[in-house]
This record gives sequence, C-alpha cells and structure tokens, in this order.
Amino acid sequence: MSVRAPESRPLSRPLMSWRTAQSLKGASFTLPFLAGFTLFVIVPVLMGVRESVYTTQSSGLGFGGQTVEFAGLRNFATGLADGAFWTGMFRVLLYAIVVVPLTQALGLGLALVLDAARRRTAARFRIALLLPYMVPGIVAAMIWIYQYSPTVGPITGFFALFGLDVNFFASSMVWVSMGNLAVWSALGFTMLILYGALQSVPHEIFEAARIDGASELRIAWSIKVPFVRGSLVLTSLLSIIGTLQLFDQPVLFRAVTPETITRDFTPAMMIYDQAFQVGNLNYATALSVILAVVVGIASAIIYRFMNKEES
Amino acid sequence: MSHATLEPATRQAPPARRRSRPVPEARSAAEARGSSRWVVLGVLVALGLYAVGPLWWLLVAATKNQRELYTTNGLWFAQFDLWDNLANLFTYQDGIFTRWLWNTVLYSGLGSLGLTLVALAAGYGIAKYRYRGRGLTMGLIIASFLIPGSLMIVPSFVLFVQLGLYDTIWAMILPGMFGSFSVYLAKVYAEGAVPTELMEAARIDGAGEYRMFFSMGLRLLTTAGATIFLLHFVASWNAFMWPLVFLKGVEKWPVMLGLYSWLQRGTDSTVDLTSLVLTGSLVSTIPMVVLMISMQRYWRSGVTLGSLK
Repeated sequence: MSVRAPESRPLSRPLMSWRTAQSLKGASFTLPFLAGFTLFVIVPVLMGVRESVYTTQSSGLGFGGQTVEFAGLRNFATGLADGAFWTGMFRVLLYAIVVVPLTQALGLGLALVLDAARRRTAARFRIALLLPYMVPGIVAAMIWIYQYSPTVGPITGFFALFGLDVNFFASSMVWVSMGNLAVWSALGFTMLILYGALQSVPHEIFEAARIDGASELRIAWSIKVPFVRGSLVLTSLLSIIGTLQLFDQPVLFRAVTPETITRDFTPAMMIYDQAFQVGNLNYATALSVILAVVVGIASAIIYRFMNKEES
Repeated sequence: MSHATLEPATRQAPPARRRSRPVPEARSAAEARGSSRWVVLGVLVALGLYAVGPLWWLLVAATKNQRELYTTNGLWFAQFDLWDNLANLFTYQDGIFTRWLWNTVLYSGLGSLGLTLVALAAGYGIAKYRYRGRGLTMGLIIASFLIPGSLMIVPSFVLFVQLGLYDTIWAMILPGMFGSFSVYLAKVYAEGAVPTELMEAARIDGAGEYRMFFSMGLRLLTTAGATIFLLHFVASWNAFMWPLVFLKGVEKWPVMLGLYSWLQRGTDSTVDLTSLVLTGSLVSTIPMVVLMISMQRYWRSGVTLGSLK
C-alpha cells in the first residue's frame, strides 16, 4: 500500500520547494476526478437532502405559480408511514432473503463441483456457465419473460405435459419467476468468484485430509467452504444491496403484466413513479434517502452477522 | 486484499494449464474420483443446460418468422428466416434500431474513454504522490461506495434540468466519467505497476511530472486502463434506469431502452413486435458476449478485485 518516500539525496535548500511543487503536481492529477465527482456526486447528494425537506405545491389546477415551502421532516414522516412504500420494501427484503442465499448456495455448490471436475472439463463448462452473466440484464429479463409466456415460451408447454397449468405471471408465481431470472443471471458470476477463491486453497491440505480418510464431501464442507467464506460475505452483501434497489426486472415484467406488478411494486419503482409520473420530486427524494438508509442498515447487519460467524 | 490481485498477469494464468502440466497426481489433487465423477459431470451438464438453454432458445427464435414463433417447437429451427428478420429489424421505422445501436456505442465509447483517462490520472496521482488531502480523497472514494445508485437518480434529475443537461447525450456520457470505483481500481494497479525508482530515474533525466504520466505512466497502466474501459463499457451498454429517466427523445435512446419500448408496445397494441424484440435482443447481446469472452482476462481481474475490496 505505502509508497516509498523518494530517497533523500544530498540536496540543497531550494530543492525542498521543488519537492513541494512536485507533490502539488501529483495532487493535480486528481483534479479532473475531484471536479467531476463534486459536480455529479456530492452536489446531487446535497441537493437531495435539501429537496427532501421542502414541499412544492402547485396552486389550483396546476396553472399559475408553484409555491415551495419548508417542510422540515414532514416528507420523511409521510414516507415512514407510507403503507405502499413499506409493502414494497418488505417485498424486496423477503425476496432478497430468499434469492440471495439461494444464489450463493447454488453458486458455491457449482464452484465446488467445478473444482472437483477434471480441469479441462471445468474450463469448458465455465464458459457455458458464465454466458448468462454476459447477457445484458434487460435482454435476460426479456428472454425469460418470453420463456414464461404461454404463447411463445416452451416452459408452460413442458409443465402442461404433466398436467400442470402454471401461470408464471400470476401474483403468487411472479416472485418465483423473477427469482429464477435473478438466479440464472447471477449464478455464473457467483460461481466465478467462489471458484477463484477455491483455487487459492493449498492443495496439500486435500492430500493430507484424504490420507486421514476424509470423504470428498467432508473435504468440501470442512476445508473448502471455510476458505471461501470471505468471498461469500462480499458477494452476498453486494447482491443484497442490489436487490433492495430492484428496478429493471420488475419494470420489464410490468410491461407484460401490469395487473400483477403495480407501479409501486418495489421501493425504487415507487421512487421513480413519485418523481416522474406523479411529479412529486420532494417526496421522491425523501423516499430515496429512506431507501439509502435501509440499504446501509441492511449491509451493516449482514456484514456484522457474517463476520461474527467467521471469528 | 491479497497481493496476488495486484499483478493481473499472474492471477490470470488459467489454473488448468498450470496444474495439468507435468505430474498426473497434481492434476487430480482436488478432483473427485470414482462414481462421484459422474455425479459431478451430471450436475455440470444440468446446470450448463439451464444456463445455455434460454440463450439457445433466443438464437433459434431469431431465425423464425412471426407465425412460426407461435406454432413450432421453440427449441429447434423451422424455416430459416434470420436474414428477413434482420432486414425487418434494421428497416423498421426508418432504421431506428441502427440509430439506437449507434447511440449505445457512442455513449458507452465516449463515456468509457473519458472515465478511463480521468480514473487513471487520479489513481496514479493518489498512488504515486504524497500530498495533503490525499487521505481525504481516498476517504471520499471509499465513502461513495456506500451511496446506493437509487439515491442519486432523483437529485441528479433536478441538477441536470438546471444545468441544461436533461435530454441531451451529455446526461449519458458525463456522469459516468467520474466513477470512484474505477479510481480505486486504478490506484491499486498503479501501486503495483508503476515503480517509484523508474519515476525517480525519469526525473533525473529531466522529465516533468505531466510528461512522465503521459509517456510512461499511461503505458505502464494499459492493463488497468483496459479493465476500467471494459467494465464501464459493458455497464453503460446495459444501462436502463438512467436513460429511462434522462432521455425523452426516441432518437437519443440507447438500444436497451428501445427494446423495452418495443416490448411494451408489443403487448398493449395490435402490432406484434415480438419478432423484432427477439432479433434486436440477439443483435444487441452478441457484441457483449464477444467482447466479454475475448477480453476475459481484463474483466475477470477487475471483478475479482472488486469483490475483494
């Protein structure tokens, strides 16, 4: 991490200021980034906080002027008591609690299986398993929407062979449908990360364990899994953060099944709806801040929980 | 983070080749034996089919005409109409799809190029110089990892309307150029790839700090640059929510948004755009798959580094 300080050579006094000039020039390399970062990250965050404590009211039928007044924490109070928002939030939380561990478990299983396969076989399958990760998220959602479609997709017909009539867009099934899409998209990536971590396990350990009579399953569970726990924590964390902000996939599903996927189905969708359909930017920002806080708390809890288990 | 991640060249060496080289038992160190080998193969085949199946379906569907989509087996070819479908795709509404593709290339290309330069410069500065405020910059970068993307969208909208960037191509290109994760990536690479001794030597030879960066630093950071470029290129190719919010005009849309609009229209009107959506999906996916497969060593190093941060 540390950069070695330039070795001191026998230099005379004026060169000290030359050193200062040098470090100033060094600092100037970061100026374009800092300028852009300030404009496109810091300023919006501050504006967001400011937006969220005002309300904008248009008088009458939307004609005439708008009045902006200070609302204090009123937007937040409304947001905290907003049933639709929290229904969406719990929906996503529940979904994350099911889908993320499922993806991790499958990804881990797959990584272990791949690790136990012949190297050449593993290399071939790895590319195939990674293909879904290379497909743009929107295209992935579309592909699965068509798979589920009773008219063009093959799955409904497959289930019909067993006499099952499955409607993948019914409100009871739509989470399964979206969960499958999420698992399909993320499985290869999770596997890649965990497989990478598995490669760093010193292989002498396996030989030693085998000599001691440990079975392959035992080796996987007691040696390999503990080795990749760090990677598991991080990939779970990233997926939970992503899942809580779920937007693209439900929006696409909404295009085909607007009755099931309402416009405030997930918190991010509700924020979008409030801001750009309803036009209540102040309230939408307050909701964004609440969502950011929930994401922060969730990450902190998971991080604590999974790190404690490790130690 | 482990030091191995700092040297992409070493970690990229496929384990396959490294281990399967001379001794047979070295190859089988982690390998399952006997009957469990068939279990392993079975699981791989099953999940492999799960991964590839839907893509195969897309490929097949893109070769069928509208009627056959509904009447023939989705997993096998019928009449081969791919060229007709492509012709329909590129001529529909005066070739709007070509326009969308071009927009996507433009936004992703310019944005990634800008980001790469900005991030390499910043990462190099942070890694190779000591100055007041360096810690603060790093603090800002790390802190910004915690800001969820959905927090930014509404306030950015307010800002962009005020700046006159709303509904312009700059709303797509500029904000992406200042990604803090890329700076972090560049910093970690620069620490490993740019030797301080070399900089000292160049200084003695009379090179200025800026000249040193442009003629030496950038060259040493090629791998980092390619990684940053690629990761952002893919991310912005796939972007959806951002263009949905910031671009009103149809002719400015990137391809993902365009496909979404077709999907939406295809379901609530009498026109059936399914065939167009499918062919369009295939056309817009192929560049990503080709890019990702051919540049595996770059994105994989970036991705693993990201997960270890």
